[in-house]
Amino acid sequence: MMQFVLNGLVLASTIALGAVGLSMTYNILRFANFAHGEVIAIGAYFSLAVVTLIGAGVGSIGPIAFGWPLLVSLPISIFVTSMIILLVDALVFRQLRNKNATRITLIMAAFGLSLMGRSLITLFAGGDPKYYEFSIRKVFELFPGAKIGPDELAVMGIAASAFIGLYFYLSRTIMGKSMRAVAENPVLARINGIDTRQVIRWTWIIGTAFATVGGTFLGHIEQLRPEMGFDLLLLMFAALILGGAGNLYGTVLGAILVGLIDSMSVAIGLSAYRAAVVFMVIMLILLVRPQGLLGEKA
Amino acid sequence: MDFLSLLSFLTFFLIVASVYSVACLGLNMQWGFTGLFNVGVVGFFAIGAYASAILTGPDYPDTLLGGFGLPVIVGFAGAVIAAGLAGLLVGFVTLRLREDFLAISTFGIAISIQLVALNFSRLTRGPDGLYSLPKPFSGVSTSVLVDNLFYLAICAVSIGVVYWGLERMVRSPWGRVLRAIREDETAALALGKNVFRYRLQAFVVGCAVMGLSGALYANFVGFISPQDFIPIFTFQVFIMLIVGGSGNNLGAILGGVVVWALWSGSGALIAGILPPTIQTQAASVRIVLIGLGLVLMLLYRPAGILREKRIVSQEARLPDGVAGGRAAGPGD
Repeated sequence: MMQFVLNGLVLASTIALGAVGLSMTYNILRFANFAHGEVIAIGAYFSLAVVTLIGAGVGSIGPIAFGWPLLVSLPISIFVTSMIILLVDALVFRQLRNKNATRITLIMAAFGLSLMGRSLITLFAGGDPKYYEFSIRKVFELFPGAKIGPDELAVMGIAASAFIGLYFYLSRTIMGKSMRAVAENPVLARINGIDTRQVIRWTWIIGTAFATVGGTFLGHIEQLRPEMGFDLLLLMFAALILGGAGNLYGTVLGAILVGLIDSMSVAIGLSAYRAAVVFMVIMLILLVRPQGLLGEKA
Repeated sequence: MDFLSLLSFLTFFLIVASVYSVACLGLNMQWGFTGLFNVGVVGFFAIGAYASAILTGPDYPDTLLGGFGLPVIVGFAGAVIAAGLAGLLVGFVTLRLREDFLAISTFGIAISIQLVALNFSRLTRGPDGLYSLPKPFSGVSTSVLVDNLFYLAICAVSIGVVYWGLERMVRSPWGRVLRAIREDETAALALGKNVFRYRLQAFVVGCAVMGLSGALYANFVGFISPQDFIPIFTFQVFIMLIVGGSGNNLGAILGGVVVWALWSGSGALIAGILPPTIQTQAASVRIVLIGLGLVLMLLYRPAGILREKRIVSQEARLPDGVAGGRAAGPGD
């Protein structure tokens, strides 16, 4: 039992890291970004490229099977991936925004970009799974009968501290407050002199940064595949909807629930259907609460 | 290439294009006329394919249902009903949600349907798939070409019937309400229209048509497995509809043929020109180009080849100068 809770929480950390970007584009740019899975994958693959360039393996810190090379690769990978995403925004999404395209047109463009992104990864990195390193990982018993590896614990810790950082960013800095203002009411925000373009830029950068961190550690715990982000997309959307879409804290709560439901579906022998089980549970919850768990009534 | 092989190729090409065109017509009902963004087209296509396969196929060992060996026309009817019922169930739950939640939830449903196709092997035989599906008129002649010409005729009749039916629907008062909902939901609501019910009806009709498309595919190919039902199909159908002209049923049919010509043509070109060692990369390049095509289309020609006609009723239509055509999306 405890084992499944632990597994669920590990999955929840990567879902939550990914869902931050999804939630931010949803609230500030106002569309469901179907290409966000590819942001995760691209970030993870750039980390792999940097780690390979450094050529010192991924190092280790005590019992944890990753060290400075992987941690150094993160900011570089975040920078490169953000630049790509900002370029895509300038070439596609900004053009569509300027034409006052509906959110469905934006979703459709994202859908096309998602397909392109996966194919580009396959083109440059190959379709077969990749790994940062091949060491055999140790696990230890955290609770009686529930094992977890030090890497998984570290990833959970990193995710948790990233969220605490995000909380302070959104509540204490000018840019964070501007973001919340634009999410609340874009017209009113602009009237009050908030530079919306700057807000949009930082929305993409922060979403990409979280996605890159999530993708890199997902790749470290499991493996890197071109579809790694796309396969996570449904779970991230589920977390977003469950949390009430408009609410970043709700998204984190949603991610934890989705992770737990996912590992419970494995526990009751439905591992082949796990994505479907998560999805059906979400649909049932939405039948009762169409606005999500922490969402406000429209 | 001699005349007969050209004709065979053309027949084969047109049959596959017809399958896409029918799916495109179904999506046009949902997206083109009502503004419902269904990202799960492939799911309803799969339900239609499996329904027809189970109804018309032979008896497979170790399956719960099957061995009915019913006529293909019954299979088609079953596909329409099964996909329509699935649409009713899905629509009932999801159409109350916000529009982008609909996109997300239909995406999830398509994935769930594929998981069932892959794992519920007592019904679908999992990855092994359902085989030996009957093709109507295949006993009439020994020539594959004649078989396929017959099948093409069936496809043409199907497209004709669906086109006629959909045109009747969208030009009726009912169809006007759908467009009203697409353009301004609040206004439609204010006029006392039950928006949810109209949406549900349009969604079910669209899903049923997608089911027919799946049945046409299954009984033509004769073998289906979960690999036939991957998300890229949904994407293809959307491109076809947008290229052809969203909100125009002739455009939907045309888009199916044109885009399938580009898609299969580029595939043949890649297979013919490039050395086999880089064929897999070439397949990725093709998808990148198609994705790029969609994005460019959304940016620069959102109305498609054939614009939507501004129709007031079955008898009267506005002259082309009035108000003009509309763009790809609701309220664009």
